[in-house]
Amino acid sequence: MDNKAKEPLIHLTKRGQIPLYKAILIRIIAIVIALIVCAVITGLTTGINPLEVYSSIISGAFGSVRKTWITFQDLSILLIISLALTIAFRMRFWNIGGEGQVLMGGLGAAACMICLGERIPNAVLIILMIISSLVLGAIWGFIPAFCKAVWNTNETLSTLMMNYIATQIVLYYTILWEVPKGSGKIGIINQNSHAGWLPQLFGSKYLLPIVVAAAVTAFTYIYIKYTKHGYEIRVVGESPKTSVYVGINVKKVIIRTMILSGALCGLVGLILVAGINHTLTPTISDGRGFTAVLVSWMAQFNPFAMIATSFIIVFMDRGAGEIATSFDLNQSFGDILTGIILFFIIGCEFFVNYEIHIRNHKKERER
Amino acid sequence: MDSKQPVLSMRGISKQFDHIKANTDVDFDLYKGEIVSLLGENGSGKTTLMNMLAGIYYPDKGQIAVRGQEVTISSPAQAYSLGIGMVHQHFKLVDVFTAWENIVLGEGGRYDVPRAKSMIRDICNRYGFVVDPDKKIYNMTVSEKQTVEIVKVIFRGADILILDEPTAVLTPQECERLFDVMRNMKEDGKSIVIITHKLNEVMAISDRVVVLRQGKNAGELETASTNPQEMTDMMVGHAVTLDIERPEPVNPRKRLVIKDINVTDAEGVPKVRDVSFYMNSGEILGIAGISGSGQKELLEAIAGIQKVDTGSVIYIDGDGNETELIGMHPQDIRELGVALSFVPEDRLGMGLVGNMDISENMMLRTFGESHKWFTDREKPRKVAENVVDVLEVSTPGLDTPVRRLSGGNIQKILVGREISSKPKVLLTAYAVRGLDINSSYKIYDLINEQKKNGVAVLFVGEDLDVLMQISDKIMVLCDGRVSDIVDAKKVTKNEIGLLMTSLGGEETIAEGADSHNG
Repeated sequence: MDNKAKEPLIHLTKRGQIPLYKAILIRIIAIVIALIVCAVITGLTTGINPLEVYSSIISGAFGSVRKTWITFQDLSILLIISLALTIAFRMRFWNIGGEGQVLMGGLGAAACMICLGERIPNAVLIILMIISSLVLGAIWGFIPAFCKAVWNTNETLSTLMMNYIATQIVLYYTILWEVPKGSGKIGIINQNSHAGWLPQLFGSKYLLPIVVAAAVTAFTYIYIKYTKHGYEIRVVGESPKTSVYVGINVKKVIIRTMILSGALCGLVGLILVAGINHTLTPTISDGRGFTAVLVSWMAQFNPFAMIATSFIIVFMDRGAGEIATSFDLNQSFGDILTGIILFFIIGCEFFVNYEIHIRNHKKERER
Repeated sequence: MDSKQPVLSMRGISKQFDHIKANTDVDFDLYKGEIVSLLGENGSGKTTLMNMLAGIYYPDKGQIAVRGQEVTISSPAQAYSLGIGMVHQHFKLVDVFTAWENIVLGEGGRYDVPRAKSMIRDICNRYGFVVDPDKKIYNMTVSEKQTVEIVKVIFRGADILILDEPTAVLTPQECERLFDVMRNMKEDGKSIVIITHKLNEVMAISDRVVVLRQGKNAGELETASTNPQEMTDMMVGHAVTLDIERPEPVNPRKRLVIKDINVTDAEGVPKVRDVSFYMNSGEILGIAGISGSGQKELLEAIAGIQKVDTGSVIYIDGDGNETELIGMHPQDIRELGVALSFVPEDRLGMGLVGNMDISENMMLRTFGESHKWFTDREKPRKVAENVVDVLEVSTPGLDTPVRRLSGGNIQKILVGREISSKPKVLLTAYAVRGLDINSSYKIYDLINEQKKNGVAVLFVGEDLDVLMQISDKIMVLCDGRVSDIVDAKKVTKNEIGLLMTSLGGEETIAEGADSHNG
C-alpha cells in the first residue's frame, strides 16, 4: 500500500514484572548520568575540576574515622524517622508530622532530665525518659489520627500543623529552662553528672543510634509483612471498602498505626536529646521529618531499600558541607548537586515502569 | 452483507502484555450492515482485540484495514476519524454534566448548542433511542447512561460500533429495547460488533459469530445455522453440558429468618423497606430485581456491614439455637458461618485488594480467626492453590497481584474464597457477573454443591434464565420492597420482569415484555 498511515515513532508500554538486575542496572545508569551532568554543571559554573569536588564530597562523608561514624549516625536517625513514617504511609496516611513528633519525643526526654535528673536513680530516670518520649510522640501521632478517623479530616494538613504547635511548645520550654538565664538556650543538660545521658555501647558514643536503627528496620519489615497489624494496615491503605467488608475496624487501625508511627518518631527525639546532642532546641530535628518523606517514597516503602535512599541523602548532605568549606562555595551548591542526583534517581523510575519501543525502519522495509 | 469488501478487516493481529499473549494472529472481518457477535471465554482476548480498533492499544503485529485502506490507529481520536466508535464496559461519562454536554464533549471548536441538540434528537428519532439531552448523568439509570454512550459514538460519526458487553447491566425489557435500536442501526447500514457471553443474545441479535479461544481464532459461524451448544463447544474447546441441575432440597429447615428489615443510606434515602423472608438449609433462594433495588443493602445488613434501622435477623443453627445477628461484629457473624460474596461492578472494590497477591487475598477471610500476632500464611496459600486449581484461574502464579488478572479470574478468586470457607449460609451477589459460560457453570456447580451440603444459599442474579433454573424460590425486589416470593419452577420470565418493575406486578407493561428465548 502506498498511502500507508505512519506508525508512531515511539510508543510506550507498561512493563509488568522487570527482572531485578535490569531494574538495578537502570538505576545505576541513572546515577552515572546524574554524576556526569553534575560534573558538567560544576565545571561550567564554578570552573573547579569536578573530580576534585567529588573526592571532596567523599572525604566529607568518610574522610576520617570520626566523619564516617557521624555519617552513619546521621543515616540511622534519618532511617528511623523514615521507617516510622513508612508504617503510616503503607496505610495511605500521609504523615508529614515527623518533625513535630520527633520534637515532642525530645521534649519528653529533656523534661525528665531537667526536672528529675540527679534526684532519682539513673536507671529509673532513663526508663521514665523512654516512656515519656514514646508517649509524647504517640500523642502527636494520635491527635491527627483521631481527627481523621472520627471526622475524616485531611491528615496531611493536620500532621503538618501539629509540627508548628510542637515547635512553639519547645520554644516555650526553652525559655523556661534556659541556662544561663537570658541566653535563649537550654545548654548541655546535666553536663557534670551526665544524668539521663544514654549509655555508650561498647565504648562508642556513635553506636547506639545505629543499633536502634538496625532493630527498627528489622521490626518494621516484619511488622508490615508478617503481622496481623501490618496486614490490616495494608488492606486499609489499599482498599478501605474491602476493609469494611472483611470486618476490619478502620478507625482503630488508623489510630493504632499512627500511635506507633508517632512513638517511633518520639524515640528519635529521645536519641537526639539524650544520646547525641544532650540539649533541646526547636531545630533539633533539622527538617529530617520532611526529608524522611522523600526517603520513604524513593524506597517505595521498602524498609531495606530505605537504607540505601537515606544513605544517598546523608552522604550528599555531608559532602555538601565539605565542599562548601573547602572550595569556598556555599552550602547551596551541594544542594544543587543533590537536587540533580535526586532528579535522575526519581526520573529513572519511569524507565523501570515503562518500556519504550522505537520504530524499527529495517523491519518496516522488509515487509 | 452482500458487498464483497469488508468495511473493516484485521489480519494477523498479535498483542502481548508482559508475558501474556492476549491475541495471537487473529483475523477479523466486518461487513457493512451486519451485526457480529464476538464470543469467547474470559481472558480470551475479545476486549483487547476491540481496544486495538478503538485506539486504546496498539497491536504488536498485524494489519488493520478500514474500507480497504490500510490504517494505523494510535489514539481514540484517530479511531473516531475512521468512523470507529466503542462503548466500553465501564461508562466514560462526566457525572455532573448533562447528556448533551457529554455527547459533544471532546469535539473541537465552538459548540453550537441548538444544532448539537437537534442533531442528538435526530439520531434518537432515527434509531429509536429514548434520551433527554438535558438530563444530568447522575440522575440516570444504567440503561440511560448506556444510551448516552451509544448516541455519543454515533454523534461522532461512527458507522462501525463496538459494544463491549452492553447487556450485562440491563433488565430483560431494556435488553430488548437495545436490540431494537441495534436492528435499526443495522438497517441504516451501520456495522456492529457486540461482545457478549450470553448465548441467547447472540442467537437473538447477530448475523455472524466470531469465536476466540485463548487469544486465537477458534472459528466462525452463521447464527442462522448454529445453536448454543455448538458455540459453547467451540468457545471452550471441548463439549460442555449446558444444563443447570436443580437437586431437590433435602430436609430443609429454617436457617435464617429475616423480619421487617429497614435500611436507610447515608443520604437518608430508604434502601430496604420492611423486608421479611426466611431461608432454608439446602435451598437456594434467588433474588431478582433491577440493580439498585436494595439487594446490596439487604445482603450487607445480614452480614453485619450495613447499619440497620429496625428489624431482626435470626440465625438458627443445626441444633435449633437461635442467634440475633443484628448488632454483632461482622467477624463474629462470619465465624457463625455466614459468608458474603458480593461482586461489585468494578469487581475489585469490595472484598479484594488489587495490589495483593492471591494468597494474601485469601487471607482477608481467615486472618481474624486466630488470635496470634502473626498472620498464618500457610493456610491461605493452600486455599489459594485449591481455588486456582478447581476454578481453573489462569494466573502466572500465586504471587501475582490480583489486579493483573482478567476480570473473570478476579471474580473466581472472590467467589472461590467464600465457598472455600465452608459456610452455613452463603450470600452471593452477581457471582457470575461478566463470567464466561464455562466458568459460570463451574460456579453454578459449586453453588449447587453447597446446597447439597445443606447450606442455605441466597443467590442474587442478573440473568433471569439462570435465576429460574438454579433457584428453588425467587424473591423479587422492587424499590427496596419485596414485590413477591414465587416458586421458581412455576413462574415465567415475563412475570418476574413485571414484578421487578412494579410492586406485585400489578401494572402491566406491554412493550418489550415478550421474552426472547434463543
